[in-house]
Formats: sequence, structure tokens, C-alpha cells
Amino acid sequence: MNNSFFMKNPSLLVFLGLLALFTLGVTLMSEAYGSGLVSTSFVKTLGKTLCLALVAIAMDLVWGYTGILSLGHFAFFGVGGYMIGMWLMYARTEIIVVNSLASSPIPATASEISDAIGSQIFGVVGSSDFPAIWMFADSLILQLMMVVLVPGLVALVFGWLAFRSRVTGVYLSILTQAMTLALSLYLFQNDSGLRGNNGLSGLQNLPGADDIPQSVMSIWFLWASALALALTYIATSFVVSGKFGSVIRGIRDDEARVRFLGYSVEGYKLFVFVLTAIMAAIGGALYYPQAGIINPAEIAPIASIYLAVWVAIGGRGRIYGAVIGAVVVSLVSTWFTGGQAPNINLGFYEVKWVDWWQVLLGLSFVLVTLFAPKGIGGLVDVFTGRFSPNRKGAPLGPDAGSLREEEAEK
Amino acid sequence: MSQLLEVSGISVSFDGFKAINNLSFSIGHAEMRAIIGPNGAGKTTFMDIVTGKTKPDEGSVLWGDLSRNLIGMNEAKIARIGIGRKFQRPTVFEDQSVFDNLMIAVRNDRSPIAVLFFRPKAKDIAKVHELADTIGLTDELARKSGELSHGQKQWLEIGMLLAQDPKLLLVDEPAAGMTLGEREHTTDILKEAAKTRAVVVIEHDMEFIRRLNCKVTVLHEGSVLAEGSLDHVTKNQGVIDVYLGR
Repeated sequence: MNNSFFMKNPSLLVFLGLLALFTLGVTLMSEAYGSGLVSTSFVKTLGKTLCLALVAIAMDLVWGYTGILSLGHFAFFGVGGYMIGMWLMYARTEIIVVNSLASSPIPATASEISDAIGSQIFGVVGSSDFPAIWMFADSLILQLMMVVLVPGLVALVFGWLAFRSRVTGVYLSILTQAMTLALSLYLFQNDSGLRGNNGLSGLQNLPGADDIPQSVMSIWFLWASALALALTYIATSFVVSGKFGSVIRGIRDDEARVRFLGYSVEGYKLFVFVLTAIMAAIGGALYYPQAGIINPAEIAPIASIYLAVWVAIGGRGRIYGAVIGAVVVSLVSTWFTGGQAPNINLGFYEVKWVDWWQVLLGLSFVLVTLFAPKGIGGLVDVFTGRFSPNRKGAPLGPDAGSLREEEAEK
Repeated sequence: MSQLLEVSGISVSFDGFKAINNLSFSIGHAEMRAIIGPNGAGKTTFMDIVTGKTKPDEGSVLWGDLSRNLIGMNEAKIARIGIGRKFQRPTVFEDQSVFDNLMIAVRNDRSPIAVLFFRPKAKDIAKVHELADTIGLTDELARKSGELSHGQKQWLEIGMLLAQDPKLLLVDEPAAGMTLGEREHTTDILKEAAKTRAVVVIEHDMEFIRRLNCKVTVLHEGSVLAEGSLDHVTKNQGVIDVYLGR
């Protein structure tokens, strides 16, 4: 497998090399392990960016390769974050509560501790009882399983219903948006059991790791995110390079043909949908401990649309395209919205990039769609010489029925 | 003699229009059959019913020696039990190489997990080369199928059907848009296929059907108007009136 696998994925080794260099470089420039050139908060931003690249790969697999424009994958990302956030919050609060009760003259009973944790966590929403969904929050192992199982099951049920009814194209996109909106509205409610619009907070503090400074922790998470991204890249390369890749690209280009070849198109779509939902959730589970907080606004429908924009700008149907799109757009967005971009004073009007960034992003999306459908990743083709054949407008094949030059430019 | 496919008394209507009206049809295990008929006679709808795309309002479609009812099965399952279908317009995966197109079609386990871990074995690769030889695309294996000519795409699609190793091939207008030389090659491929399996060809072109030299079924307004050799049906007054006379 090895030889042909790397032959089929020339980008894989290059990507893994660059990622390793990047991670090592940041570590050597960090406050904890190196010269201190890169601040801890920027290390966190870079670590989060790697998680966004991970979810972008999932989006590319489901949209760029399989042709399902899901506008709901960021919801799975958020759910992954919630699942790990529940354990982080529970375990940390438990340590605090146990410490504070330890000084009381009478040792606290288990139920007293549980009640105290409950009122600590749910005090903000006027409650102190643990909802049923927090059942496994005391166990890291179980809650890590929930990171994979909950989004996987949601994707399985939703996908099964949608694909079985042969909902495709823009209708499926609308359906996934509806799912995302419903989920975020549900989480906004105080009695959803996940602290309503307060969300889960304090996630950057790992339980029992109070002695470890954030500068060190941020590097650990950077490495973990880089490792997860590398594994996702390898797994996705494996999925798209063999016959499975042929079949899903066939589904994207001509669903009926695949069906009449005897493949269960619905089964394949469901498989990819669930797989990418799980990938997205793993990305979220690594992202939110670095962000420190998760609330329902993260799952808002617009986030999933951004995800599609990243992949489109980076280049659909190529894994590194998704990574480039996510990294470039989210870092540039951080720069603009972080107030670092100098405002332009036109005399009569001052262009404030914090507000105008959205316009710039929208404009670049339109321009990429119109003039560079391959996205930024298409630049790689220029360097590797994989141009579309230039026949000066003549058909590419031997006669008039074959693909025309303008059609081949995709 | 037991038949491979037995369609009896099917009817289907779309918004009140009877596309198929009490149609019965059967074909044996290694038989070539041509279906002709004017536009709107129900030829493509008939194929849709057999392949599971359209559900008939009444009637039955029985398959094989066990007489399994195909109605209610989905397209993929029907394809897996041995019915291959070629569309009117050549539909191949234009973004992928001829080799990959054929490899997708080669008969193997079709479940996602099996396909994910699939690595072509020597016999799969040999099968692809053998098929490429049959359809005359050996030199084009590495090319993207989108670059092929119209006729070559048609052959590639037929090759993909043969790769599935079906017991019944349904071919919709295989010669449309082909040059004379290409038509002859197409006839040869289909005749060769019909030696080991049943082949149903829908075609408008009489010359092409004459070369196939097989039994002909004439459809008109959703039912069978005449059946027999080409010479027999062309002498039939009803056929002359509705089809040939125009």
C-alpha cells in the first residue's frame, strides 16, 4: 500500500513536512519553550486555526469530493466542543468544590458534593440539578466517547432520513441549515441543560493541571491539533485515493450512473456524512479547550456557511485546498477583526476594517467563484504544470462530441 | 422454456397520461432483442420500470429462474442482481480516467466498507484490460474519459455495463450520433455480448437493427404493436401506419 499510496497523494508528504516544520517553528519561538517571539495568545490562535483546517478537510470531503453541500458541519464541530467542555467543566468544578468543602468540620457526603457542583455549574441558569445529559460528565473516557458518538448518531439519523428520501442539491443544504439553526436555538434555552446562552466556560483550565502555565499548555494543544490534522489528512487521502474516492466523485458528477452500476448511493452518502461529522467533532473537541469558552452562538448557521466559503476559496476537491482556505481566511480574518489592520481615512468616511472585513470576504468569495473556481489551491497547478490542456479552443478529443476546452477547465 | 425476464401486464400513467398500457414482454437467457417505436411510445419508461426507477401502477416484473419480483426493489439492488443499463446520452465519469471508470464497474463487493479497503487484484486489472480490448479503448486507458469522442464514450459506457457481468443488458440508443464505422463496431460489441447474455436494444435506426439481425418488438402508445423478425414487423400494416409510414 505504502508505495502507491504516497505516489497517489504527492501532496501528503509535502503537507506533513510543512506541518511538522510549522509546529516545531512555533514551539521554538514560543514563550514556554523558545525565544518568546510568538505570544501565548497567538500560539492559541494558531492551534485553533489548525482545528479549523481539520474541519475544513471534513467539509471538503463531504462537499468537494462527494458533492453534498452540507451547511451544518460546524454544528458537529460545536457539539464536539460541548461534549469535551462538559467534562472539563465538571471535573474542574469538582476539584474546587472538594477543596472548599474539605475545610468544613464535618466531611461532606457524596450527594452534598454533587449538589455543590450542580449549583456551581448551573447557578447562572437558576438551577442546581444535573440534567440527564450530564450523566457521563464525571468520566473523561465516557465523555471522549460522546465526542464521537453524539455527532455521529445525529449525523446518522439526520443523514438517513434525508438521503433515503433522495433529498439532494440546494434542498439538502437548506435542510442542514435548518438542523443547525434548530440545534443552536435549542442550546440557547436555559433548560436545555447546557447553560443556555452562557455556554460552557473556563475550558482552557485543564482539571488538575493548575500548576502548568497556559504558555506550556498552549504548545501542548498546538501539538495535539497538529497531530489530529495530520491524521485527518492521511485518513482523507486514504479515503479519496482508492476506489472509494472514484465512487464518491462519481456520485458528485453523476449520481444516477453510480446507482445503476449497483452502488447504494444513499449508503455512501450516509457513510461520508457520518465520517465527516465525526472528523468535525474531533476538531471541535480540540478547538474549544483552546478557545476557553463555547456557547450556542458558535453553532449559528453562519458558521457553517463560513466553512463552505473557506473550502471554496481554498479550492474544492483537493485536501490541501481546504487547509489553505481555512488557514488563510481565518488568519486574515483575525488580523482584520483584531483591530490590527490600519483603518483607511478617506476624508469623508473612515473605512474601519472590523466592519468592512465582512464585505471584503464576501467580495473575495464572489470573485473566486467567478474567476478562479479552483480557488487558491489552483495556484499549485500553475507550479506543477498541470494546466488544462490548451488546444486553442479546439475540442480535446478526436471529434466534435468530446469534451471542449472550456468544459475541461474545472 | 424458462425466460430470464418476464414483464406482464404493466401499466403506468403520469398525470393521467398512460405512458405504458398493459405491456407484456419477455426475453430468454441469451437473446438479442430490439425495441423500436415512435417518440413517446414508452420505450424509455419501460426501461425505467425494469431498472426500478419508476414503479408501475399494476402488473409484474419477474426475474430469473426463481421468478423474483423486481417491483419495489431499488435501482442499485436490481443492478446488482444482474441488469445493466446504458443511458441514451453517454454517461461516464468524465473527470476520471477510462481505467478508473471500468474499475468502478468491475463486479466486486459494492458495500462502502469493502470498497474503502479495496485494492485491485491481478484479476481485476486483467478484467479491465480485457474489457478495454473488447471496446477498443486499450490505448485510451490512462486518459480522462471526458476527453474521449462521443462514440468512444458510448463504448466506454457499454464496457462499464459488461464489467458488471450482467445477465441482461438494456441499451438505450447506442448508435445515436455515431459514424458508420463506429456503428459497425457497436453492433459487433452487442452481438458478442448477446452470445452469453440477454441484450435489449432500443433504437430508431432501421439499418442498425437490420445489422443486429434479431427479433424486434414494436411499441406504440405504451403497448406492444407487433413482434417478430424485422421483415415480419415491417410488413405489418399497423406498424406501417404508425411508424414507418410517417
